[in-house]
Amino acid sequence: MEQVIANGLYLGAQYALIALGLTLIFALMNVLNFAHGQMYVLGGFITYTVYGQLGLPFVVALLASGVTLAVIGALMEKFLFRTVIRRSHREESTMLLAAATAFFFDAVILLLFGEKQRGVPKIVKGVFNDVGIIMPYDRIVVGALAIVFIAAFVLYMQYSRVGRAMRALAQDRVAAQLMGVRVDRYSMIGFAMGAMLAGVVGGLLVTITGVNSGIGGPISIKAFLMVMIGGAGVVGGAIAGGFILGMMESVGLTVLREYGDVTYLVIFAALMVFLSVRPNGLMGKPWG
Amino acid sequence: MINRRSTLKSMALGAVSTLAIAAVGISYAQAENKELKIGFVGVTSGPAAAWGTSNVRSMQTRAAWLNEKGGVKIGNDTYNINIVTFDDQKDPKRAIAGMEKMAQEGIHYVVGPNVDDGAAAVRPVAEANGIIYFPYAFPKALYQKPASNAVLGMIANYQSGPAIYKYLKENKGVKKIAFVAANESDPLSQRDSGVEAAKALGLEIVAQNDTYQNDTRDFTPVLTPIVALKPDLLVLSGVAPANAPLLIRAARELGYEGLISTETAQDAKVLQEGAGEYANGFISVGGASTPEIASDEMKEFVTRYTKMFGEYNDESNTKVYALEYILDTLKANPAALNDVAEFKKTIDTFSAPNPYLKGDAKLSYVGATSFGQKRQLSVPMVVNEYKDGAFHTLFVGSVD
Repeated sequence: MEQVIANGLYLGAQYALIALGLTLIFALMNVLNFAHGQMYVLGGFITYTVYGQLGLPFVVALLASGVTLAVIGALMEKFLFRTVIRRSHREESTMLLAAATAFFFDAVILLLFGEKQRGVPKIVKGVFNDVGIIMPYDRIVVGALAIVFIAAFVLYMQYSRVGRAMRALAQDRVAAQLMGVRVDRYSMIGFAMGAMLAGVVGGLLVTITGVNSGIGGPISIKAFLMVMIGGAGVVGGAIAGGFILGMMESVGLTVLREYGDVTYLVIFAALMVFLSVRPNGLMGKPWG
Repeated sequence: MINRRSTLKSMALGAVSTLAIAAVGISYAQAENKELKIGFVGVTSGPAAAWGTSNVRSMQTRAAWLNEKGGVKIGNDTYNINIVTFDDQKDPKRAIAGMEKMAQEGIHYVVGPNVDDGAAAVRPVAEANGIIYFPYAFPKALYQKPASNAVLGMIANYQSGPAIYKYLKENKGVKKIAFVAANESDPLSQRDSGVEAAKALGLEIVAQNDTYQNDTRDFTPVLTPIVALKPDLLVLSGVAPANAPLLIRAARELGYEGLISTETAQDAKVLQEGAGEYANGFISVGGASTPEIASDEMKEFVTRYTKMFGEYNDESNTKVYALEYILDTLKANPAALNDVAEFKKTIDTFSAPNPYLKGDAKLSYVGATSFGQKRQLSVPMVVNEYKDGAFHTLFVGSVD
């Protein structure tokens, strides 16, 4: 049982980090970023190239993934989403745009990095094996880093000027604008931060799970699942959703293994019942 | 009288004539060879892209090579090979659309699809439009009568699995075996036939219901309960090349010390990058490029493939064969160019030198034992063991 809990906590930490960027973009702009998984994949491939191929330090690779995705996110916001939001009042317009960018990224990534699964050397070797828990040290490092990143993000959002402005935007866009918050600027920063988080977590996890060009869609679906559990647009909700999904997966795969692949069936069924009772998730608000 | 105007006119006429002659010359040169279109319908995008991409690239590499050498002589004509491709995205509906596209283009020979449901879905289209297709899918119904248009392009797991388990039982003392498969039709059917083969050999099956979503990224929770059962052999049934290193790494990190095998083709570099030294000893089924058995032509194929696409894919060791079989069978009976009934007649007696293997190996159609008719390419069943970044031949078997 200790192993199952450890697996669940580790999965939860990485899932929560994946969901953070998605929920941030949704909170700020009401945009469901279907390309979130593709951004994760791109971050993974950048780390693969910088760390795995060029042999530069892992930290440099992680930085490269974060910065590149931040720039891409900022450009996407400025030239695509901002334009569409300005010209169209239909919410599905941004959804369609996000879906199109997801397909676009899929094609570009396949073209640039090929069809193969890629991996990089382990950042830390060895396996922790004590008190009934087996956990490779690199997972422990990645799990700890994920928690550090999550904490840093929450603190940044809570206490920094930019974070406060973005929270104001998320709570009430018009009121924030009337109070002098520069909506365009902070929307762009928020989108860049969301994309950067996707890139960083992609870079971080390439050391554990590798990366391939086809996993963007499934990653996005899992991220949406976590956001639905926790409540769309709420940072705490994304974190809670990540840990809940991680734990459900770990427990389900152990307890239900004799019945075949029913773990996700059970998770989806539970989610349907849960959403019918609490349509806004654990922490979501009816007004967004 | 020669003036400036007539000089210019003469020069213009001369230039036009020269261009016309050159154009005629070029078109004549192009017209020397006829075009033979060979189709591909399979998956070249998404998580399983590696399967179809290695197919397409093998075909394109071989076609470019043959065209560079002047084309392929079939009967009295010489043909340039044109590979027409369609990405079915692993979706049976798109596979049908792809096969219909091939029919509209008048193509009679198609490589693919790569998975069971796609291969089953295209059967009516192929049969109605006179198309022989070469799936990389294992359902026996595709190859048994009354079906007759599908030819299996590789060794099926129900052919390689028993041979591998028997070898490991006799040579490595395997007694307990566990299976894990993705929750999709191909891996599940491969697992089921693997379980049957293991039972027939008297092996103790300690796990056979464990499955995972094909898009799983972290296999530790999946493998934790299986590793606790301490099997001697862990079979990754129908594992996708992208998932194999992740499964191997998770199992080893959890302390699993037994053997790991699969009946699908894998890629050495993917294993090296994804699992490193944990992949040492991993057993899989390949084709014909391990140094022990690869011919010079196979080595040149690998070089050309690498030059064309930047990196070789070891899955192409198997997938290099389909185009070769199609062309050699057409050479043996040129009437089959536009009549697949002729192709089917030729299958029973066809034999040609195998260019990719050392020695006097032959290309021929097999499958009589498994399917009751010859509807399978005779691809060498090379069982490989991975070690330090390369595959080494464990043993070579064959199918009749």
